[in-house]
Amino acid sequence: MGGWRALGLLLADGRLPAGGHAHSNAMEQAVDEEIVVDIATLEDFLRGRLATSGRVDAHAAAMACRIAGDSGPSDTNAVADALELLDAELDARMASAAARSVSRRQGGQYLRTVREILSDPRLEVLTNRFQAPHLAITLGVAATCARLDATEAARIAAYSCVVGPSTAAVRLLGLDPSAAVVCVAHLMDGCDDLAEEAGGAHSNLPLASAPVLDWLAEAHHTRKERLFAS
Amino acid sequence: MHRDHGGGGSGLATGALSSPASGGRPARIGIGGPVGSGKTALVAELCRTLADELELGVVTNDIYTSEDAEFLRRAAVLDSERILAVETGCCPHTAIRDDITANLDAVGELETRFAHLELILVESGGDNLTATFSYGLVDRQVFVIDVAGGDKVPRKGGPGVTRSDLLVVNKVDLAPLVGADLSMMAKDAAERRGDRPTMFTSVRHGIGMDAVRRWVLDEVTSIRAVAAAH
Repeated sequence: MGGWRALGLLLADGRLPAGGHAHSNAMEQAVDEEIVVDIATLEDFLRGRLATSGRVDAHAAAMACRIAGDSGPSDTNAVADALELLDAELDARMASAAARSVSRRQGGQYLRTVREILSDPRLEVLTNRFQAPHLAITLGVAATCARLDATEAARIAAYSCVVGPSTAAVRLLGLDPSAAVVCVAHLMDGCDDLAEEAGGAHSNLPLASAPVLDWLAEAHHTRKERLFAS
Repeated sequence: MHRDHGGGGSGLATGALSSPASGGRPARIGIGGPVGSGKTALVAELCRTLADELELGVVTNDIYTSEDAEFLRRAAVLDSERILAVETGCCPHTAIRDDITANLDAVGELETRFAHLELILVESGGDNLTATFSYGLVDRQVFVIDVAGGDKVPRKGGPGVTRSDLLVVNKVDLAPLVGADLSMMAKDAAERRGDRPTMFTSVRHGIGMDAVRRWVLDEVTSIRAVAAAH
């Protein structure tokens, strides 16, 4: 496998104009519930997220990457069928309807941006078959189209799952951004381990959801005032 | 390692981001400016006075999601399904400039709901003098300042003052009360803006609103003529 390409860095960049900046991924609610109050609790929260929904997302991204990669660009129907099954598996791992809807909204937004960057029939399949695919699935297919392998797809998903919420925490709590980035850096080994695990896995999607994240997503969805879209 | 450049074999898409002025879609005009300068009041007044002539929609970008949208709905200037609110993740300027994804989604949603829309007003959240719209989101932008915010603002400049397509100086009725020198503001604005128009209004008292309304109508006509020619 070819290792990192710069295009992979672009796909993982939080500044990619794909709507990510407006999502706190439950951090806004976690701050309001005083689950996250400082750098130490931020790190705990991110570690928990990486081990649960992050793990599911990393595996889903790796699987989507393999599905799209194994079939080749022309066999689009087989890709679509396999991705549909994966999509249902992901739904089954998100108890919160709000979390499912946010994941799809982000996936649809990411897909639109990626389609401007990459021209590949497998991205068209995603657009045609799904109203809006889950973000992890979009990431995985995009990674294949950028000629990254399943491990790299999982690494992007794992990395995104800690970086986005930490940025939101800095904005919401006025944390020292360099302290926050140190806490994110502590999790990078965990992201790599997860990427290797997901990249090498050929079994089912793990069952690793976190009830508190589902609960936070629901609570956030029903509140009246929000700074973030999730 | 073999590398391709440009489009075609590299898998990179060749198309640019779809320009707002492409075929048959409504004109999009952004309304930006600092907090409290009168953006929402201007949008409400434009809706009220243009609704008979144009099919209208509004997208708001509030700090707390729906305050401005609720104001517009309560003012009953438009049917409430014609008004959509976008969450901006503590960064209203990012949502209108650096990552316009959520706003493009909202614009697209309005276009889907109402096939014959002619104008979508995109109101930014109150921000600072550097917050301008991306021309990937809007065709024209109006920057609204007010005399009570200080009569030095046009001289100080910034992208909103210097580069907006229309500068609106609002609350002229307050000029004597706050000691603002309107003729100096007009002179400074002209120096900063060259041929770009500046209009003095009091939205609440209907002063200067005819000129703004006519400017909007003329721009909508010319934007849609360009769009139709493509």
